[in-house]
Amino acid sequence: MTLDAKHLEYPRRRRGMDHERYEFSMLGDRPPINWPGGASVALWVNLAVQFFPLDQRGKPFAPPGGMSTPYPDLRHFTLREYGNRVGIVRCLEALDAFGIRPTFAVNGALAERCPSLLDRLARRGDEVLASSWHMDTLHHGELGLAEERAIVERSLATLRERTGQAVEGWVSPARSQSHRTPDLLAAQGVCYMGDWINDELPYAFRTDAGELVALPLSLELDDQFLIGANLHSEWEYATQIIDACDFLVAEAAQTGHGRLLALSVHPWLMGQPHRIAAFEQVLEHLAGCASIWSASASDIVAAWRAQTV
Amino acid sequence: MRDDPDLYRYRAWDERLPIRWPGGARLAFWVAPNIEFYELDPPANPSRRAWPRPAPDVQGYATRDYGNRVGLARMMAVLDKYGVRGSVSLSAAVCDHHPEIIELGAARGWEFFSHGIYNTRYAYGMDAAQEQAMIEDSMAAILRHTGQPCAGYLAPALTHTEQTLDLFAEAGGIYTCDLFHDDQPTPVRVRSGKRFVSVPYSLELNDTIAYVVNRVEPRRYGEMIKQAFDRLHREGEAGGTVMCVPLHPYQVAHPHRLRAFEEALAHATEHEGVWLATGREIAEHYLEHYYDLDLARSGARDGGAEAAP
Repeated sequence: MTLDAKHLEYPRRRRGMDHERYEFSMLGDRPPINWPGGASVALWVNLAVQFFPLDQRGKPFAPPGGMSTPYPDLRHFTLREYGNRVGIVRCLEALDAFGIRPTFAVNGALAERCPSLLDRLARRGDEVLASSWHMDTLHHGELGLAEERAIVERSLATLRERTGQAVEGWVSPARSQSHRTPDLLAAQGVCYMGDWINDELPYAFRTDAGELVALPLSLELDDQFLIGANLHSEWEYATQIIDACDFLVAEAAQTGHGRLLALSVHPWLMGQPHRIAAFEQVLEHLAGCASIWSASASDIVAAWRAQTV
Repeated sequence: MRDDPDLYRYRAWDERLPIRWPGGARLAFWVAPNIEFYELDPPANPSRRAWPRPAPDVQGYATRDYGNRVGLARMMAVLDKYGVRGSVSLSAAVCDHHPEIIELGAARGWEFFSHGIYNTRYAYGMDAAQEQAMIEDSMAAILRHTGQPCAGYLAPALTHTEQTLDLFAEAGGIYTCDLFHDDQPTPVRVRSGKRFVSVPYSLELNDTIAYVVNRVEPRRYGEMIKQAFDRLHREGEAGGTVMCVPLHPYQVAHPHRLRAFEEALAHATEHEGVWLATGREIAEHYLEHYYDLDLARSGARDGGAEAAP
């Protein structure tokens, strides 16, 4: 056997990255970031408010958490709906009890399906960011440009109209993107996105419509990743989040550089009655850390920008 | 295809060599950080896709990039603290992309050995000339950027052909990390008859295998390392053992994981009779003092007196 010659050719073997989107830099080599009020760790609690359609196409892959039995998969459809009915209320009660501020990553379709839920979230004064139209409108390399642009436009327009907010943030379903997603987002007024999980601080990301801020929404600390994919218990989840918090607080104290703790939480998962106490344990710990700044995603981006640009 | 790679002779654990490591140590302990570069959009190998999602697989790519941006310096600081030099399994293209990382390792006296060019280029389907070119390219890059003649090999993404080890030995290598059949070094038969050995690496204690394949919790990973250490340290009294902890900065150095590894490393380095070595040092000590004895014993055991392994 012989491979085609291209397998031993490396046209992008060069200094820096193998693409043009951002510059390589190591976390510890950057100028220090200081968060408001002398806090050392910024906390972004991102509640995923999601709609998984029953007639899922699953192209080019089934979205994590999506339908998985033959149609009609009532089991998973209703388990996800549970999050928007029951789980979110439980999660909000827990967050409010400990004074921790959420940001909501919302599928645009929910503005039409459950307008009262959107109104309720917006009334709280917490930030809503866009998470595409629904969990099956995946952004991926085989998606046509016009189709993707329409999904981005519809999602942003619908959420902006319903919430009255600027809606400047974006998290893609399954953190999946096409080659053009960042360009389309920037062209539609998005300022920051959470999909690129290669860092623990915001960083500058190039698009052909101006610069975006990448605000990495950790996958490794995501409840769906730890509990759903890794099958860790809810108490192991809590231990890992608390360990991460303590580690970042200590590193920030040692280096004098601000850090970011980004927690992706799914009400359909953590809002279950057997898991909510573990979430509360995490929140209690976070609330007890004096050096943590609980903020909206866009406040974190703004604080970073003010010191960077 | 063959039913056996025919690389080494059978030897039961209670027939192991009476190895003593330098200083009379009973356990050679080494840590092998994999410093890798995964390409965003590599050519598709006919036998294995680089990414599960269509390009760009942002989630997979960013997960790896995190290791170089965030994880590496953190992991390095922990190894420094306990006086452990890394033996780096290197995607040679890191020399081009991130020479600052190579400098950090070289300044610490770390060893660099070949892990191919990119971890998204696989040996599957390569003819001998292609695989030889890839191996020689990687070894030349290591020599050029670190001044070190490359002594060891771990195939990129553990992708092999029937002649991988023959080619590496002919290119001047002395040890392989690709074989998991023993807790002591063993001779490896290569077609040139060169003196070539297997240095025990570990799949079971590899952080990626633990975290991604077996999905263990961080504190359990720390316990696994401690358990392995205690047993190999005890058994080393009757014949020196080797323990390797293969790491990936994009796995072990997350805020919820690094402390557990640090505690395990503290445990391993506080014991007497432990030689903190590099892969090359283990291979060279074995080649100098035990390789011939090993051959002679296994030859006698098999009823033959061949000199070749």
